[in-house]
Amino acid sequence: MSARTLPLVFVNLGGEMLYILDQRLRAPIASEDTSDKGVWSERDRRRVLNDVTATLFGPSFVDELLKPQQLYSHRTLKTVLTRLAHASIMRLNPASMDRLYELTTMAVKHQVLLCPRPKDLLLVSYNHIDAVRDFVRDSPAVLNQVDQAHRRIIEVPAGSGIYSRADFRSAPSWSLLPQVYSSMSEGELQLLRQTLLVFFQDMHVRVSLFLKSKIQNPGNGRFALPTSGPVPHGTEVPGLIRTFDRRGREVRRSEFPPGGSYSRPAGGGSFGLHGARGTLLGTNTYAANRPEETLASRASAQTGDAPNPLAKEELNLLARLMGSMGAQDGAGAEGAFRISMFSPDDEEQEAGTSKEAEAFEVISIQATQDEHVASELAQIAGQFSGAEEQAENPCGNKGDDLLAMMDDL
Amino acid sequence: MYHKEKSIQIKNSASALYNNLSVLRIAPRRLTYFTVVHANVVNMVSASWDGLNYSHRQLQSKEPNVATSTSLIMQAAFCVLPSRELLVITSQKGIQMYESDGSIMVYWHALDTPETPSEVNYVPAQAVFARGISAVWENYICVGVSSGSILVFDVPSKGSNITLSEVLEEHKESITDIASECSGSQQCIADLVSADDGGNLCVWKSGEEFQLLNKIPGFDMSCSSVKLWKGTVVAGYGTGQIRLYEAVTGILHAEVNAHARWIYSLDIAPFSGLLLSAAEDSLVRVWHLTVSQETNSVEVAHLHNECVTDTQICGARFCDGDGYAFAVTGYDLSEIIRYTQT
Repeated sequence: MSARTLPLVFVNLGGEMLYILDQRLRAPIASEDTSDKGVWSERDRRRVLNDVTATLFGPSFVDELLKPQQLYSHRTLKTVLTRLAHASIMRLNPASMDRLYELTTMAVKHQVLLCPRPKDLLLVSYNHIDAVRDFVRDSPAVLNQVDQAHRRIIEVPAGSGIYSRADFRSAPSWSLLPQVYSSMSEGELQLLRQTLLVFFQDMHVRVSLFLKSKIQNPGNGRFALPTSGPVPHGTEVPGLIRTFDRRGREVRRSEFPPGGSYSRPAGGGSFGLHGARGTLLGTNTYAANRPEETLASRASAQTGDAPNPLAKEELNLLARLMGSMGAQDGAGAEGAFRISMFSPDDEEQEAGTSKEAEAFEVISIQATQDEHVASELAQIAGQFSGAEEQAENPCGNKGDDLLAMMDDL
Repeated sequence: MYHKEKSIQIKNSASALYNNLSVLRIAPRRLTYFTVVHANVVNMVSASWDGLNYSHRQLQSKEPNVATSTSLIMQAAFCVLPSRELLVITSQKGIQMYESDGSIMVYWHALDTPETPSEVNYVPAQAVFARGISAVWENYICVGVSSGSILVFDVPSKGSNITLSEVLEEHKESITDIASECSGSQQCIADLVSADDGGNLCVWKSGEEFQLLNKIPGFDMSCSSVKLWKGTVVAGYGTGQIRLYEAVTGILHAEVNAHARWIYSLDIAPFSGLLLSAAEDSLVRVWHLTVSQETNSVEVAHLHNECVTDTQICGARFCDGDGYAFAVTGYDLSEIIRYTQT
């Protein structure tokens, strides 16, 4: 399927992650962990957002994302996102990282599913980038990095040619590479969307925020798909049958009941570097809300097929992505804060019906434990957490956190 | 006009792929086979007509005797030829053909991937896959490829001596769907139509050398599903529109603003002229086509709607040639929903 999914996956998942981090770090954290230093200052929050953004949009990381490749497993993706989340002075415990991953993937699944046209996937991605720009507006260096990455993403070659690593390095300027994401045909973008939908298949984690706003059904965890509203650009409102004669003249019109109440399309969105995007999908829905918890649900495990050790290509990709994010800042690790973002107590209170109350298993992303895989991942992760382990923080064992997390995967 | 019947549960949910449901009716054994694609697996269910027996089977897409990881499947479809019935599965790696019950693989064809430069773990920027499957005439099975080529396989009446007979290079964009009519004894002027991601349609006459009869240009919008019936091409597009063309001339007979979202599946019941359309907008619609070959006119009448709540539909097929019953699959749905005429 599509080999062009990674940039959009990371922009959208990374963007959602930043929305949640921003919201959580504003809230007063009540943690039983004595190492926690209490409420986060504005400065600390900004620092975390800047550091994570700088890593997500770092040139070498974007380099890696822009290479054509298959979208691998949740296990790999989660490892990279964990590394991203830990790009700064904040540390999340494994349970929090699990729930962060659930929240971000469910949010992006919703956005991908509800895109009226496949092309709107780009608008959703740009909404994320726009919001991230706003987070880092006070740091010109990071802001510039976001702009650069945004330009490169708009100008990702659609796939007319075959690019090797050498081509990428020797190209005089990325702006001269032919064709762009936004000139990919609707059919190619639909293939990309279908690839993402396979990736998100069977995920039905109930998210309180979605349940409250009626985006998601509490019964089956499916997203609500309205049969009303504006039709996408390029689509006509259903209901008309036109018949023509052999000369192309219309000879009859008849109408049929569309079974829904549709209206003409709304105004379009901008595909450029700036501009109103014309859709709310991908905007920061957490900004207006107080911290919400996820309710873990009894959804089935992600993979249905037999467990495989990580394919060689997948490991290579993982190693490249982790490597391109650069060594973690040893100095920053000294003052690292450990937080538990999603306290289990809050979840108990959030539980509405008794049906939800009974379903508190944590979703297992992988159906089986694979010792070999866990150690492979730990080894790769270990290469990049080496720096921080030297600057051990008296209250934390961040290195252990990362490794423990790998074992859970 | 139709009412919902008991659904068939399947082992995995359906993936969001065009034409993601295939049905084969086996009258002598009073069975119907259904296939639904989930990522890298094809779920096959054999359902007895009395509704009492269901048996399941799963097929993966991989080269025989090679233990590499499986690839994502794009489509699975039954191909009915006069002498035999095969199940064809297309994926990123190649094309597999099984006996219709999924028991034995009779043929594997690997897709050519572009030359690998020195780079290890190289992945082509352009996606490579096979999609679009149809039986034609007495002994051909046609399969589309992402490059726009159509592979024509010559299928003997039994055995596994299937050969690649011809490669049709007319489309420049990825093939989305292929359809035929008049297989077997009936003679038609045109018996095959192919569609691509640009909405372009090619009309062919099958034979030892396939002949291109007509090219109907698209309008830069993917045609995701196509059917051929009584010399009329029925095409469903990403805009939600259905268009009916006269195959050999390309004359537009009718245009229907059918759906509010991308159409994923079309099917025709050849004996009654019923047309089924299904889209991401959660709706399945039943239409009636009247094609008068004497006056060269076509009429489309809308008959019925079914809404599958909160579901983007990816497959819809009639279960019989009269359109008495039809079945539907949707993204993330682990069941085949069935409807029967009241």
